[in-house]
Amino acid sequence: MFSIFEILRDNWLLLLVGQYPNGPLGGIVATLILSVLGIVLAFPLSVLLALARLSPWKLLRVPATVLVYIVRGVPLLMVILWVYFLVPILIGRDVSGFTTMLCTLVIYEGAYLSEVVRAGIQSLPKGQSEAARALGHSHLGTMFYVILPQALYNMLPSMLSQFISTIKETTLGYVINVQELTFAANQINNQLLTKPFQVFFILAMTYYVVCFSLTRLALWLERRIALKRLGTAVRQDPGASDLPPAVATHP
Amino acid sequence: MKEFDLLAILLKPEFGLMLLHGIEATLQIAAGSWLLAMAIAIVLLVVRLTGQPIAERAVAAYVSYHRNVPTLVQLMLWYFGIFSLLPDALQAWLSEHNAETLLSIVALGLCQAAYFSEDMRSGLRSIPAGQAEAARALGHGYIGSMRHVMLPQAIRNAVPALVNHSVSLFKNSSLAMAIGVAELTHAVKEIESQSFRTFEAYSAATVLYLAFSLLIMAVGAWVARRYRIVGAR
Repeated sequence: MFSIFEILRDNWLLLLVGQYPNGPLGGIVATLILSVLGIVLAFPLSVLLALARLSPWKLLRVPATVLVYIVRGVPLLMVILWVYFLVPILIGRDVSGFTTMLCTLVIYEGAYLSEVVRAGIQSLPKGQSEAARALGHSHLGTMFYVILPQALYNMLPSMLSQFISTIKETTLGYVINVQELTFAANQINNQLLTKPFQVFFILAMTYYVVCFSLTRLALWLERRIALKRLGTAVRQDPGASDLPPAVATHP
Repeated sequence: MKEFDLLAILLKPEFGLMLLHGIEATLQIAAGSWLLAMAIAIVLLVVRLTGQPIAERAVAAYVSYHRNVPTLVQLMLWYFGIFSLLPDALQAWLSEHNAETLLSIVALGLCQAAYFSEDMRSGLRSIPAGQAEAARALGHGYIGSMRHVMLPQAIRNAVPALVNHSVSLFKNSSLAMAIGVAELTHAVKEIESQSFRTFEAYSAATVLYLAFSLLIMAVGAWVARRYRIVGAR
């Protein structure tokens, strides 16, 4: 038990930033940068994919649906291997493990996030799009000015949970030697050799602290958004002013 | 680049055999950890239903740990960490009996049990309390109301989530490669490095994974349709 603190004291910098000043950035900072970049770049892709899956044109709907099903049916590790093999051929030069992992995350998370976006769009009341169409918006205009702003706001908690999965998925970069937290822990383990349990316990707890706090944040956000929607729904409904509010909107 | 020739891999006995062994190991891990996960998930659910505060806390902590720590890290903790703490006799026995496969079944099973138990719990919670009250009012005991009224509805509600998580369990079996199990992804990498036919090898694995995943989804959809409650909302 005591050796856990000793390992932490000797190696906290490696776990935090890897060999940064003297080598590539690694550790938990690289994990977080990788996940943030992954989810930020996957987001526009996912909105486009969701719009394609909901579009009235078959030419867009079918390929998007096929892509989403392929990604959902194949392990992330297999996608990593494909990207590792195909991207250098397509762009004609070698790419780093970090870039490979980033491309993989964008494809994989783009597909999963598109399901979240699609659910968010579909969960809006139909009257919203009907009203927008009646006011003269086109299909795309309806999406961009009326549906997406509401759907994306309501989806914030789900997107945060997708971000948590992304953090967990960056661990697979270990297989192609991406310098991140899992890689750093394996480096420490290879140096010490005698304390594998302590090293991997530290690793597990580090991920736990990061992901657990984000999970709590997602829960808080979910409650807040639910309350806010309830509040605006009651205020905007003219019929509601005659009746006492069913739920205390701002406790 | 050589032209695409899938048969060059499939028909060569050594590669074909590697692929078959890979599929076998993948299915072994997936099926073994699925059964383990289901068994533990049911135990966790029952413990939670007892309503003992301490037991509930313990289950919540179990679920929280397994959902917030990456699966690969859990696998490494079992294979590199916990394995080294086991008594020597058990270590020797495990090493004789394919320790990598057994430990990955344990790690993946324990991890997925957390997801399964949450799916079942939310299936149960989605049933209005009136159902249980009505069953009790009609003279059922606690067990009877569970068995005849609550569980049949809860299981049906939980099926879609359980199917999704079964697919991700199947896909997670590929993580066992990282601790040296010769499952499908591992076999394909091996074939690739021996034959240099990367495109063919990866295509074969991708199609196989996709086929099994779609099969699981199709079975799930069939079960949901076959056992749906006619007239239910």
